Amino acid sequence: MKKRPYVKGLAVIFMLAGLSAPAFSGSEDVNVENAWSRASIGASRPGAAYMIVRNTGEDAVTLTGLTTPLAMMPEIHETKTNADGVSSMTPAGEITIEAGESLALEPGGLHVMLMNLQNPMTEGETFPLTLTFSDGDEVTVDVPILDIAARGPEG
Amino acid sequence: MQRRHLLRYGAAGAGALGLMLGVGWWRVDGPGASKPAGQRPLALSAMDFRLTDHEGNEVGPDTLIGRPTMVFFGFTYCPDVCPTTLSDISGWLDDLGDAAAQMNVAFITVDPERDTVEAMAEYVGYFHPAIRGWTGPEDQIARAAEGFRALYERVPTKGGGYTMNHTASVFLFDAEGEHVTMIDYHEPREFAVPKIRRALPEDVAGAT
Repeated sequence: MKKRPYVKGLAVIFMLAGLSAPAFSGSEDVNVENAWSRASIGASRPGAAYMIVRNTGEDAVTLTGLTTPLAMMPEIHETKTNADGVSSMTPAGEITIEAGESLALEPGGLHVMLMNLQNPMTEGETFPLTLTFSDGDEVTVDVPILDIAARGPEG
Repeated sequence: MQRRHLLRYGAAGAGALGLMLGVGWWRVDGPGASKPAGQRPLALSAMDFRLTDHEGNEVGPDTLIGRPTMVFFGFTYCPDVCPTTLSDISGWLDDLGDAAAQMNVAFITVDPERDTVEAMAEYVGYFHPAIRGWTGPEDQIARAAEGFRALYERVPTKGGGYTMNHTASVFLFDAEGEHVTMIDYHEPREFAVPKIRRALPEDVAGAT
C-alpha cells in the first residue's frame, strides 16, 4: 500500500508585479471563498467548516482566533493520517498566511472545528464566523450549511 | 578518450544497478515494504466477533461472507474524517450503480459508549442506504478491530470530552471473505472505484 503524493495545501496566487497597490486597510486584504459546512445531528456532536482564506495584501497575516454564536469553542484543527492509516486531529494554533498566498481549510486537512454547538446545524441555513488576525483585523463570513453528506461547497 | 567514456558508462551502469538494487531493497525489505503477512487483515472466516447492526440484528464476520464487502471504522462524533469517508463511500456506491446492491458495507464504531444502536441508525440514515452501522460491547469492538488489524485510541480533549484516533482506510473483501485491498482515506474516486470492481465477481462488475 503505497501513498501517492497528494498535491494540496497552499495555493499560491501570483500577484501582478509592479502594480502600485493602494494602501488597503484591515480586512480588505483578506478574502474568504467557498465557505461551507455540513448539517449536524442535534447539538451534542462537534461540527466542521471549510473555506479558502486568501491574503491578497502585501504583508503576511496571522490568523489567531475564531468566534461564532453557533459554537462556544471554534478552533482550527488539523487532521493527519499516519503511515499506518490512523487519522488523528490536533489543534493547529495560530496560522500565518504569507502575502499573496491562501490557506485551504478542507476535509482531511486543516479545518474549522466547531465544539460545543449552541444549536443544531440545519441544512439550508447559514451561520456567521468571524476570523480574527494578529493585527486586530476581523473578517466575518456567512457559512452555508449543506447536507450532512456534502463533499464540497457545491454540495 | 574512449577508455574514459567506457569508464564513465561503466560508472553510470554501476550507479543504475545500485539504484535498482536500492529501490528493490526499499520496496521489499526496507521502509517501502508492504506490511508483513501478520499485519494484513485476516480473512473474514478467521475473525470472531458479535455485534449489533443499526436495525438491531445480531451480526458478525460470517454475515459478510457471500458478497463482496467494504468495512470502515469510525464514530459518529467525528466531525471531519468520518462524514468525509461515508460521503466518499456513498459516491463510490452511486458510481457502481446496480453492482452496489450486491455489496455489504459496514461502518463499525470505535466509540460504542456514545454510538448506541439508535445513534448509529440515525447517523447512517443520512448516507447511501447500502451502508450498515455496527456497534456492540467494547470487547467485541476490540476483537473486530484485531481481526481487521485496525487501530483506535481514545484521546481526551479540552473541557473533559474525548475524541477517537482510528484507522481511516476502507477494507475491501471479496465474496469469499478474503481481503483484497485497502482504499486510503480520501482516495480519489478514479482509483477507488476500480479497486472496488476488482472485489466484485466479473458478471456483477461488468453489469453497471
